[in-house]
Parts: sequence; structure tokens; C-alpha cells
Amino acid sequence: MSILIFAESSEGKFKKAVFEAVSYGKEVADKLGVEVNVLCASTQVPTDADLAALGKFGANKVWKMTLSEDRPAAMAEALADAAGKCGARVVVISNNYNGKSIAPALAVQLKASIASGVISVPDTNNGFQVKRGVYSGKAFAQVNLTSVVKILAITPNTFAIKESGNDAAVEAFSASISDASYRLKAQSVNKVQGKIPLTEAEVVVSGGRGMKGPENWGLIEDLATTLGAATACSKPVADMDWRPHEEHVGQTGITIKPNLYIAVGISGAIQHLAGVSSSKVIVAINKDPEAPFFKVADYGIVGDAFDVLPRLIAAAKELKAAQ
Amino acid sequence: MKILVCMSVVPDTTTKITFTDNNTKFNTAGVQYIINPYDELSLTRALELTEAQGGTVTVIHVGLADSEASIRKALAIGAHDAIRINAEPVDATLVAQEIANWAGSQGFDLILTGRESIDYNGGLVGGLIAAHLDLPFINIVTQLDVAGTEVTAIRDIDGGKETVKANLPLVASAQKDLTEPRIPNMRGIMAARTKPLQVVEASGVQALGQSLSFELPPAKGAVKLIDAEKAGDLIQMLHQEAKII
Repeated sequence: MSILIFAESSEGKFKKAVFEAVSYGKEVADKLGVEVNVLCASTQVPTDADLAALGKFGANKVWKMTLSEDRPAAMAEALADAAGKCGARVVVISNNYNGKSIAPALAVQLKASIASGVISVPDTNNGFQVKRGVYSGKAFAQVNLTSVVKILAITPNTFAIKESGNDAAVEAFSASISDASYRLKAQSVNKVQGKIPLTEAEVVVSGGRGMKGPENWGLIEDLATTLGAATACSKPVADMDWRPHEEHVGQTGITIKPNLYIAVGISGAIQHLAGVSSSKVIVAINKDPEAPFFKVADYGIVGDAFDVLPRLIAAAKELKAAQ
Repeated sequence: MKILVCMSVVPDTTTKITFTDNNTKFNTAGVQYIINPYDELSLTRALELTEAQGGTVTVIHVGLADSEASIRKALAIGAHDAIRINAEPVDATLVAQEIANWAGSQGFDLILTGRESIDYNGGLVGGLIAAHLDLPFINIVTQLDVAGTEVTAIRDIDGGKETVKANLPLVASAQKDLTEPRIPNMRGIMAARTKPLQVVEASGVQALGQSLSFELPPAKGAVKLIDAEKAGDLIQMLHQEAKII
């Protein structure tokens, strides 16, 4: 028996979410008294040194496998094979777009249950219970999983990275991947260049209608660049095409959980708050002292964005220069 | 082209979420229900495709009789017929398996779902249906075009976008931007009354995940207000006090 963790790599590197997943998996494994196995299956597998370093977060063994294309279906097939080989009772993946494409395909192969958006370590005292986000950030549910094998898709930026062990053993892994897993043919990939993807950002600067028009977004971008933040926006802003829809956070956009969310000129409609309320620290900047955002914010500034933002940018530049 | 659109019925986005029975049940009092917004995008795109190329759009919903008003709305928007599988939609495993069991023998060219429901937020049903029926799955599409049997789609991936091609039949899940939802007109509403809505008994799939209890996010303390004239102080507070930058 073991825990199996999927270590996603992008351009031969691991992202922070992988270290979170391994640290999380280690905690679950200790609870169940089992080993931690990791599979990295990708077109560009990181170096053996990087793979072995996952041992620091608790991995006992790291399997590596090179895929001919980065397709979630192929990753699911490799994971199903690995789960069989190591007798995995729990498979941990990141609850990102790729993870959510892998999880269902894997679940059907393993006859497993899935909990996505998981924000707790399982409680195994009474069944197998995990807490997960529901109602798009407005609430949490305690879910009991009853199948033998469970897949947990864990929410990024939720679990601490814990360093404990030494390097893990790295072994080549092979599994036959069916042609069916390569039925989608990628034509092109456009990665966001020179910007931090919103879903991975630790700091997010977000603008609403109070910014008055797309031509004023330079201020939002200035503050974001200075803080190493991603930019986001409210629904009306995306609907008016001031900003692309990928930046829309809220109930019908994306739900994010950064360490710091700075909302500028966003009133704080219930749908918007749903998407950002799990942020660790929230700053609201709004002209209207009655704006609902101030009820959920940790810090607030009642004032005009066009006065406040230049002051924040200047102070942030000063801080960064001193660091 | 024969298209199946899977729809769930969810509380309106403005709903203030509360729970009853010692936080074990969602409080439905006064709640307005709507077609899950992502499923509505699937439905609209399906109608656009069949209007341009011919074909039919069937909507399918796993749920109890109280969701029929929302199913009628889907028919009013333009779906040709509807199926309701009579089961409590306990988890994604159950919903997807029931839909796959029914749809497997019906010869659909394209099966569309939303990328997630805005209540359960599982984001799994489309992928599960595809896996059960051994069909290709294009997750989180913002553009979907069909030419003959070839599908071209643009999908959101982590940190960017990917353009993919695949052949029908397949399953895809809708993301915002796929199209704009339609408001049903009076003719559609009248026509919906007589369109077929078939109730199918569930095949008895067991759910593997049960929501036992719910909780609301912890209440926030009072906001710390900073004078707009001294806005720069915020940066120091975030650095020294919150230790976040």
C-alpha cells in the first residue's frame, strides 16, 4: 500500500504546487502508515537531481516517464499503471486545469472516487473525510469517500511546504500508453509570456469598474509588476472587454486563493467575493465607504483609485528597492 | 449532428448560502434556481452549431422533479428535447455514470458539459462521461468549431491556451467566452410547453462521495482603515505586520 502523487512538470521544472502536493501526501502517508511514491510523466521530465530532491518533502521513490505528448489522458494512463504497481490507496494531484483533466480519466480506470478542491488532510477516524470548497468559495463541505481508492485534487496555495527527509530514489517508469490517449492533437500552445499566471500568483492586483476604462490599467499593472503580482478583474470589466476573460475572478470566473488580494475600484458583489474570499489577506480600495468589499477586507482605503494607486506604487517601489 | 448537452440546476449566483439541519443540508428557502451558467453556454453553442449545420440538441439532467422548470427553460432557449434521469445528483460519479449509461447507445456526435457546476464545483462530470464512453475529452473550451467530423477547439490550460483538433464523437466542457447565453423569447417559451421531456428511471449507480456537513468561511475581523492621504503606509503594514510582501 502507498500514496501516489502526480508531480506535474512544465518545461522541465516543477512548480510550487508539486512541493505542496508531496508535503501533503507525506502527511497523509504518515497517517496511514504507508510509503510515498511520486510519478512524473511529461514530455520534459526534470533532471534526476530535481526528481530526487522531492525526497526532501517526503517522497520515498520518484518514478520518471517521458511522454510523447503532454496529454492529460496519457498522464492518467501512466498514473493508473503506477497506482496498480504500488498499490496506491490515495492518489494526490493538484486541483489545476491539468489535474482536473487527469482526475476523471484516472478515476474510471481505478474505479476510484474523487474529491476536487480539497483543503484539508483526510480525517480517517470515521470513514475517509476531507473538506472541500463548494458554492464557488461561499462555503465548504465535509465529504466522505467510500471507494477503496481515492483521488484527492488539492487546492494550490493551501498546504504548507514541509521539508523533512533526504533525497528520494529515482527510477525510470514505463507503462504502455494507448493511442486513444493521444486522440487530441495539439496545434499550438500560447503560454502567457512575461506575466505570472493568475492561478499560480501569490499576490494579485485586481481592478473593477472604478478604474473607469481599459486605458487606466497601466496603474494596476505598475503596482502588480512592482509587487511581483498577477493582474485580475471583476466580471463587468471582463464583460465590457476592458480585460480578457481569463482575468475574471468570481463565481462564474475563476476562484483564486493568493496570499494577498488587492481589489481596486471593485464594490464587492457577492459573486465576486465568492471567488476571492479564501485569499489570506484582502485589501479593498474604493471611493464608497459603504462598498461591501470593506466587510471582508483586512485592510481598506476609502479613496479615489487614481490618487491612491500612485502612492501605493511609489511606496512599493521604495520597499522593493530597500529589499 | 446529434448533440447532447448535460445540464445541472444551481442556486442563482446572487444567493446567500446558508445551511439547515445542524449544517447538514443546504437551505433552499427563498432560493431561485437557474441553469448552471457554464451549461447554458454549452447549450447555446450546441444550438449555434446545429442551426448552421443541421441536427438536434438534447438536454439531459440528473435530478428530481423539482428541476423541471429549469429543464423547460432549456427547451425554451431552443433545445429540441430533454431527458431527466430521476435520481438525486449526490456526486459526480453518480451523475456521470447515469448519463453515460443512458447516452452510450444513443449515437451522439458531441456531448457538452459546463466546466463545473457553480454549486458543487467538482469539474469532473465531462471527463468522467468521456472516460466511461471511451471518447476524447476537450476540457475548458473557449472556442469550439466543427467542420465535418473534425473539431477544432481552444482550451484554457494552466498559464495559457492550447488549440487542439480531434474527431467526433467527443466530449467537451464549456468555459466562459465560448459564446453568449441567449434569453428565451415568447415563441420559445410557448414551444417549450409541448416539447418532449422524457423521465428515465435511474440505473441505480452508487455515489462514492457524500457531503456530510457544511460550513461557512470564518467571519472576518473588522477592516483596518488607512487614510487615503497616507496610502503608502499600507505597503509597510503588508510588509511588517501581515508579512505578506
